[in-house]
Amino acid sequence: MTDNTIILPVIMHMLIAVVLIFLWNLPRVQKFVSVAGSILVLLVSILMFYRTWTTGILTTQAGNWQAPFGITFVSDVFSSMLVLLASIAGVAVSIFSIVGIRKERLRYGYFPILHFLLMGLNGAFLTGDIFNLYVWFEIIIIASFVLMTLGGRKPQIGGGIKYVTINLFASIIFLTAIGILYGLTGSLNIADLSLKIADVENRGLVNVTAMLFFASFGIKSAIFPLYFWLPASYHTPPSAIAAIFAGLLTKVGIYAMLRVFTLIFVPDDFTRNIIIIIATATLLTGAFGALIKKDLRQIFSYLIISHIGYLIAGIGMFTEVALTGLMFYLFHDIMVKTNLFLISGVIVKIRGTVKLRELGGLYDEYPKLSLLIAIVFFSLVGVPPLSGFWPKISLLYAAFETGSWILIFAIIISSFFTLYIIARIWAEVFWKPAPALDHLPEDRFSRMRFFDKTTMILPLIILALVSVYMGIAAENIMLISKHIAVEMIDTSPYIQAVLGTN
Amino acid sequence: MELILAILIGLLYSAGIYMMLRRSMVKLLIGLILLGNGANMLIFLLGRITKGKPPVIPEDSAFFTEIYADPIPQALILTAIVISFGLQAFAITLLKQVYKVIDSDDLDDLNTTDDDI
Repeated sequence: MTDNTIILPVIMHMLIAVVLIFLWNLPRVQKFVSVAGSILVLLVSILMFYRTWTTGILTTQAGNWQAPFGITFVSDVFSSMLVLLASIAGVAVSIFSIVGIRKERLRYGYFPILHFLLMGLNGAFLTGDIFNLYVWFEIIIIASFVLMTLGGRKPQIGGGIKYVTINLFASIIFLTAIGILYGLTGSLNIADLSLKIADVENRGLVNVTAMLFFASFGIKSAIFPLYFWLPASYHTPPSAIAAIFAGLLTKVGIYAMLRVFTLIFVPDDFTRNIIIIIATATLLTGAFGALIKKDLRQIFSYLIISHIGYLIAGIGMFTEVALTGLMFYLFHDIMVKTNLFLISGVIVKIRGTVKLRELGGLYDEYPKLSLLIAIVFFSLVGVPPLSGFWPKISLLYAAFETGSWILIFAIIISSFFTLYIIARIWAEVFWKPAPALDHLPEDRFSRMRFFDKTTMILPLIILALVSVYMGIAAENIMLISKHIAVEMIDTSPYIQAVLGTN
Repeated sequence: MELILAILIGLLYSAGIYMMLRRSMVKLLIGLILLGNGANMLIFLLGRITKGKPPVIPEDSAFFTEIYADPIPQALILTAIVISFGLQAFAITLLKQVYKVIDSDDLDDLNTTDDDI
């Protein structure tokens, strides 16, 4: 069904960003416009999700050029759900940024770039054209480059160089893969490609192209052995920026991988085995990495990698149950990972450091805040009935069904290590008495005005509430996840909606 | 023509990767530029090179009857060139900033963030 409202989440962020550029010297007005704009986009996303859920897949053809010749925008349940979650994360981060981002950064265009980043994310989720996806990826990475290096301190630009290089390299692999795919099929529309790829006789080259896509998205979503850039760079930018990176940027890679591997290259046994092995290695190396780090944000960075493993595992097993679990985990992960980095931002404000050695005693001083953080930690670990628990059940069940014993082992080990790491963080940061340091950093949080405190805590509450909702009303999320999983295995509704024929 | 282009693309990719593996940041940047050009040439080659044929339909016919030049690869390359323009401009600015902060062109001098392992 044609519906032009699905382009709104993209256009609105662009307009907000343009307005913010005109307000360059007015940081206070910028804050207001950014938060109001994000909330507006959230409302539109809710509407879009509702319409997609009730009426089925929505499409719009740019410039009225019929698919497969023009650029198509498609909103199926998967896309619109991710746009919705990205909008929730966007609201949380833009509220947090009011106080969480320093004035120097605000003065160099933090808010406009943030909205360009969100525009790129929404565009990537909604596009139905593989080259257009590349363009959105470039918009995302160039916005993230600026956010990553804004401020220009030494560790930041050190992390920035690695981040820029590896992302540019991944884009070039992506472009190469698109070039080969176009040479093979003569089409760029994802739905059209999914029909045409079956007629290609050169199966060897098709598999090579699939692996090029896998490598490119693998670098972006930080899977083993391509994750090394993530822990080297994600702990350097301010927490609000790291939160949006952690919650959404790696997930966009997973999203693209899911689209490409469900619609264009349906994985065969060989590919599945490779993906399962990579998933196992990602789960374990991420957990081991988090184990040895002594810096809160570096631990969280490694946890991102470890938990990407669950998502890759879902693709590797490729059954309905596995994909359902994967979807649920993806939704849960976006909310919780964004929240984790915002939490680290609050801790930095309170203690001035994220080194475990120098932290402690938070529970004594801020019992209510600590309990809020505990909820987030518990849902990350997957304590029932919170949100991390249900998808793991599905994934484990799928692993038993497909007989991937190595994966069962890895999922359990990784969950156990996550539990251990979170328990250690809890003990070190919250329960341990505050260490006696020579240079006691001042508590910048307690001196804040009530309004400023609220803007820092409110995003945590919003995200935690969404996590709790996902856990308690798991059947609703399960329903959505299952719907998406069914659409992924039988892709004909998607193709039909885009091309308008059988 | 195709063979020459294929060899050229191979050279661009290999030179690009070789340059990326150097420690100097300027060489790293040159490597990325070479790789990007290689990818653009690849799209150009894989879009089928057709000489002297227009990509437009004659006025009196409804569809293409003979071999025609495909305009899409050019459009793709143009987009990719513009994007890489922006990215390279950013990367050069970033390198200048790095040079100002650490006063060196060597990537090894940046390894201070991971020293707590």
